[in-house]
Amino acid sequence: MIKNVEIMVIGGGPAGLCAALSASDLGVGISAPDLGVGISAPDLGVGISAPDLGVGVLLVERDDVAGGQLVKQTHKFFGSEKQYAGDRGIHIGQMLVEKAQADSNIEIWTDSTVLGIYEDGVVTVLHEDKHIKVKPERIIIATGAAEKFLAFPGNDLPGIYGAGAVQTLMNVAGVKPAERVLMVGAGNIGLIVSYQLKQAGIDVVAVIEGQPKIGGYLVHASKIRRAGIPVLTRHTILEAYGNGRVEGALITEIDESWLPIPGTERKIVCDTICLAVGLSPLTELAWQAGCEMGFIRELSGHVPIFDENLETTCPGIYCAGDVCGIEEASSAMVEGRLAGINAAASLGYGVSEAEKFRKDAMIELEELRSGDMGGHIRVGLEKMYARCKK
Amino acid sequence: MLINDGIPTKEDIVKVTPSDERFAEGPVVIVECFQEIPCDPCVKACKRGAITMSGDINALPVVDYTLCNGCGNCISLCPGLAIFVVDKTYSDDFALVKLPYEYVPVPQAGQRVMALSRAGEELGCYEVVRVTTGGKKNMTYTISLAVPQEVVMEVREVRYTRNGS
Repeated sequence: MIKNVEIMVIGGGPAGLCAALSASDLGVGISAPDLGVGISAPDLGVGISAPDLGVGVLLVERDDVAGGQLVKQTHKFFGSEKQYAGDRGIHIGQMLVEKAQADSNIEIWTDSTVLGIYEDGVVTVLHEDKHIKVKPERIIIATGAAEKFLAFPGNDLPGIYGAGAVQTLMNVAGVKPAERVLMVGAGNIGLIVSYQLKQAGIDVVAVIEGQPKIGGYLVHASKIRRAGIPVLTRHTILEAYGNGRVEGALITEIDESWLPIPGTERKIVCDTICLAVGLSPLTELAWQAGCEMGFIRELSGHVPIFDENLETTCPGIYCAGDVCGIEEASSAMVEGRLAGINAAASLGYGVSEAEKFRKDAMIELEELRSGDMGGHIRVGLEKMYARCKK
Repeated sequence: MLINDGIPTKEDIVKVTPSDERFAEGPVVIVECFQEIPCDPCVKACKRGAITMSGDINALPVVDYTLCNGCGNCISLCPGLAIFVVDKTYSDDFALVKLPYEYVPVPQAGQRVMALSRAGEELGCYEVVRVTTGGKKNMTYTISLAVPQEVVMEVREVRYTRNGS
């Protein structure tokens, strides 16, 4: 049996949750029974559900809870009020999940993995140990990103983690994962996880960064610096050492060509090395679905080519969040909202309001990206739109 | 330099330091926010409208020190934990610094904590005068610490452990 849905959202992180909620807000799922899916007029009757037509929005999340990375973001978010600035990520996640759960137009499948998107529009999902076929009218890919790794001798020793993994152990599982940590990478993840390690009573010996400048927000850097954690730019890790597990690391200063400066090597005693050296978009489903892909460095690698509506080159397949370029969670939420609006509007929902909502979201994104820190995203998107028009 | 090591320089600090005349009038805010990032909760945090931003949310906050009464409401609302209040009129020898705190355990009024500089250097043990909670949702504490006048512009962090180290 095939399950019919109007909009399928793949990934229940900030982008996916906001996509599902905005699509529902525009009326997806509130169909008049005698009209077919996609041609209903929401004005005909709010709350008239049509079970035989399938669900409005199906949100599929691989983890056992929705929320994505928000479930471990214990720090307060930046941005403006519209992106819940000042609220902690965990609370934003809870709020979005509760809203989606309470929304009768949204069905949430957790612990469920999308396996493939096929030519005939069928999407297969592993859900409750069953192989289920879903036929969505529209798909929003919001699969997020994965942490990058770093090549150095000894990097296979137990005690070497992605910073996000350590954050999960601490903030989700409640496990103290280390006693003394060396953090590699001074982007926002490296800085924030260092702060959270310190909050958990764990020593962070240093944060090292190959770039000459701190990549993350300087307020995060200042916060950990005054707590006693040195941030060493133009430094890299040469090797990890230890007998059976990490006992320390050899670090060095590097010059402008990223070559080690002889005589600057030093040993750092630590039991854990956290790598926070960037993220890669999780694009497998976009590749597999046949979306045209492009390598755009500023968006952090291969991403599906998309237009201003976040629609990929496969009609009806949209993308939002880190999968279409690594950014902050605040931008992911707005992108999700935008993809949800566009997917819903393309099905004929909320056409009168969609234009205003779309504009609002575009303005918010522009605002979030307009500062110094958004420079690379602006360049990346310019390249994207140039590619897209070809 | 701030961009290389996270430590604001003297020049950075001068830019956000109120005048001596303003300090003489009582508690006043110091917003140590030096980088244009998309963030604006401080503007809403100030009920007196003392913190503004020109243009968009990436602009640096601007403080009107004549409007600021040093209430410290903005301290726990700044996502970057970059806002402090200094009261040089606290006593002849001591000044008060109010700073954000998100570690455990939380010190109580009357207890002594280690004061730290922007570089994390120890500046001496001083007494906590007051602790206020940001509430269930905000969760950031504001600690008021009485420190010698000469270090009040240096103290920006406290360290507190149960065994007193």
